[in-house]
Amino acid sequence: MPDLLTLVTFLPLLGAVIVALLPSAQHGLIKTVSLATALLTTIVSFILYAQFDPLGNGMQFVVNIPWVESMGINYHLGIDGISLLLIVLTTILTPIAILSSWHSITTGIKGYFASMLLLTTGMIGVFCALDLFLFYIFWEVMLIPMYFIIGIWGGQRRVYAAIKFVLFTMFGSLLMLVAVIYVYFAYQAQTGDFTFNILRLSEIDLPLTAQYWLFGAFALAFAVKVPLWPLHTWLPDAHVQAPTAGSVILAGVLLKMGTYGFIRLCMPMFPEATLAFAPWIIGLSVIAIIYGALVSMVQKDIKSLVAFSSVSHMGFVMLGLFVMNEQGMSGAVLQMINHGISTGALFLLVGMIYDRRHTREIAEFGGLASVMPVFATFFMIATLSSIGLPFTNGFVGEFTILLGAYKANVTVGVLATTGVILAACYMLWMFQRVVWGKVTNPANAKLTDLGLRERIILIPLVVLIFWIGIYPKPLFDRIEPAVQANLLVLTERLDGPVNAHQTPASVDSLEFVTQVDEATKDDN
Amino acid sequence: MNYSELLAIDFRLIGPELALAIATCVIMLIASRRWARMAAPLLALAGLAVSGALALTQLATPATGFADMVTNDGFGTIFKLISVAVAIVTVFLGYRYFVVKQLDKPEYYALLLIATLGMMVMANSSNLIVILIGLEIMSVPLYALAGFNRRSLESNESGIKYFLIGAFATGFTLMGIAFLFGATASTDLRDIVNQFNAYRANAEAYLLLGTALTLVGFAFKIAAVPFHSWVPDVYQGAPTPVTAFFSVGPKAAAFAALIRIFDFGLGEIPGIEVAFGILAILTMTVGNVLAIRQDNIKRMLAYSSIAHAGYILVALAAGGQPAISAAVFYLIAYAVFNLGAFAVLTVLETRSGKRSDYREFAGLSKGHPYLAVALALFMFALSGFPPTVGFFGKYYIFSAVVNEGISANNGFLIALAIIGVLNSFISVYYYLRVVKTSYFDTTDGAYDRAQVSPAVTFVVALMAVGTLGLGIFPEQLLSLTRSAVFVFL
Repeated sequence: MPDLLTLVTFLPLLGAVIVALLPSAQHGLIKTVSLATALLTTIVSFILYAQFDPLGNGMQFVVNIPWVESMGINYHLGIDGISLLLIVLTTILTPIAILSSWHSITTGIKGYFASMLLLTTGMIGVFCALDLFLFYIFWEVMLIPMYFIIGIWGGQRRVYAAIKFVLFTMFGSLLMLVAVIYVYFAYQAQTGDFTFNILRLSEIDLPLTAQYWLFGAFALAFAVKVPLWPLHTWLPDAHVQAPTAGSVILAGVLLKMGTYGFIRLCMPMFPEATLAFAPWIIGLSVIAIIYGALVSMVQKDIKSLVAFSSVSHMGFVMLGLFVMNEQGMSGAVLQMINHGISTGALFLLVGMIYDRRHTREIAEFGGLASVMPVFATFFMIATLSSIGLPFTNGFVGEFTILLGAYKANVTVGVLATTGVILAACYMLWMFQRVVWGKVTNPANAKLTDLGLRERIILIPLVVLIFWIGIYPKPLFDRIEPAVQANLLVLTERLDGPVNAHQTPASVDSLEFVTQVDEATKDDN
Repeated sequence: MNYSELLAIDFRLIGPELALAIATCVIMLIASRRWARMAAPLLALAGLAVSGALALTQLATPATGFADMVTNDGFGTIFKLISVAVAIVTVFLGYRYFVVKQLDKPEYYALLLIATLGMMVMANSSNLIVILIGLEIMSVPLYALAGFNRRSLESNESGIKYFLIGAFATGFTLMGIAFLFGATASTDLRDIVNQFNAYRANAEAYLLLGTALTLVGFAFKIAAVPFHSWVPDVYQGAPTPVTAFFSVGPKAAAFAALIRIFDFGLGEIPGIEVAFGILAILTMTVGNVLAIRQDNIKRMLAYSSIAHAGYILVALAAGGQPAISAAVFYLIAYAVFNLGAFAVLTVLETRSGKRSDYREFAGLSKGHPYLAVALALFMFALSGFPPTVGFFGKYYIFSAVVNEGISANNGFLIALAIIGVLNSFISVYYYLRVVKTSYFDTTDGAYDRAQVSPAVTFVVALMAVGTLGLGIFPEQLLSLTRSAVFVFL
């Protein structure tokens, strides 16, 4: 019996291998096996959630087996609350994504479902890896299936979008590779030991100049993935061209790998550099929030509107991380989950009307509420959650982030809040044009409402939207210890050792606040 | 006292070479018989197998002999094994290809074996004259192999071009060795190393001149920029299995000699790292940039082989045990996935009128789903994606270079690693173009399927397993390459 983390990571891979061995003509069997594997993975992740101890310290479910011993590379997995929630998010979205492609994928079925499962292994692996080398492998592996998913089963300009996606991501991650190697040898130079253990690598004191460069290399790789303005240009292409399930996974999970990287690697390994760069990253995040919202406003295509709204929402996450107080960071982690749920739901809904009408132009629609009342209801819930209406998940996340932002710096808080208002504008305006009013386009008059399969796909997401919106405590209980541990590393480095009772919120010292002030002045 | 003891003549030391020589002679003797077409490949395989088995026994017992002309150290032996393995794969690859192209002559196998023999001699000596002899034993059959398709104008061009450039390069090498001999009164690298400072004080100018000329000669052989211009035409014109052989076998042997001469023998020459570094930067960058512009996959792989030589030169520039071990590791890794890629091309070229242009690959994923998967895997390995051995090999090289850079506080080496990584970024574009064509592009009408022979299926499968297996479990190969570098006699 392998341990739970290995099981949850490699179960999808096993499914992918089985799918690859099945005869290509057996469409039904291929789909069933894929769905069954995905659901089994979900169940394992629920067991993981149930067995996870919210009060436990440090990493849990740790596996540490030598892999390439002579180079200090280990098969080292372990999770804290942040990774746990991201894994559960991944395993919930995967069966949904598979189910959503049930009828819409008609060619190369075997390759498609095998790619989906392979992708899942890569994503879960990123969230569990505690060995930097292993992390890098999972990080890169997941590019390949995504490349195929966009390039083979995507829309009109799929080839361009697929290549752009790979090249952007590769560029960032290759420089990260050099940085990984540098950290590895710097650790060896200081301690005489070879290790890729992420936890131990963050124990050494790197010289400041080296930290700046290394932070830059890691941050570039992660910022491309997030994507942080101005590195976001691959995102609209990839999202719009990818098939529905691809967009769901891309927005739901892949983008989080970037922000997760900042939390897991950049902050603990390069604390001084993190503090030095924080004002700049906050500045870029605020730009991303406002820019993403403004660009969303003028989109004519629903899918690209949702895609650009991701730039804005991920800006919020980055902002929350880098204001570096407990509220901001916890909110950011929660918002990572929330964005996966609500944007995932939006992409699914867009896919559902695209399946019916083969267009996503906002102007083509209107009055869908009278033709497809169930669709309209689900769409409204997803829209409101994306805007952040109270009692939906989006509210809790954004509110907490803004709380942290105001605490760090009022200007930043005010600017970020405009993003929330703009979000309400573009989402509601789009919603009004698509759903309300009279049916003006005769093509929409005879649309069928959502079927059973489509409702089954959406219901879990709606449940999560309200559950997190009304009772987020179980999630915060798991996020907060991890966030505090992360902040503690930063404070220890800055103020020397602190005792455990001191609140980590002491990070936002006066010095830091003035730094943020300067950064926002520069940006204005 | 007889001469045989004085000179330490022990035929077991050259057992692998002798096995190949005997097999070659037998093939040539039976070449005129009607059944020779059937027997020649089998004889070649038998000779190679015996040779490989004998080489394996030498791995454990390093020894020198023949008046120090033969050096069976771990380093040389590992290159013997690489040569034999590459030659065996080439025999498998070529079998059906040459039948279809009506080129299945026994002489092909004889030439292949002699070239392999040359590679072994070259990798297996610390004496400059023996290295040169090995180089020539290897090169002359290669000229004939490049032009083996007499009826094809391109193949003829390939042979002539390779011959002219090769002869020119040998001239440089020989001249260089002459100057080195003039400066040191020895052709034995161990002598040169031992009394390097004395020689340097005496005749530095000749030493430098000799080093430079020898380097130029070998730079031609490994196709380092700016001595690379022959590669695309030769690779494209030669029969595809021969190209596969060119891209890994002779290249590995030339690198073996290069490492022995420059990282072991002449490592103390001032500025040698910088020379290698500049050569590496040029080779990687020019190879990768020109590969982007190609419309023929064989030509693309030709430029890609230039670029890969550049990555290995990065390791040579760093020097030191980890870097050399990384270079050897990469040569083996590159042999695995590059032979795999060429195996796929070989199958597809058995269809009439095909010459491996990109557009011929449209629809491959429908026509040959398994070949398409394998080709994609090899392309991902060439561009250095994990978990393939292509990634691990690159990682090993760049980590060795960064390590050397940190410990010697040499910013140039760190810069080299970064330039190497950026180059491997450029390469992603054109390798993925192959994947893009075979998966995303569609053909009008039915795909023209090729007949896949069991021999090639075996090679493709073996290389695919190697590409993934060595990438995920590299420890065995790592310790082999480490021990190989450790035992320098």
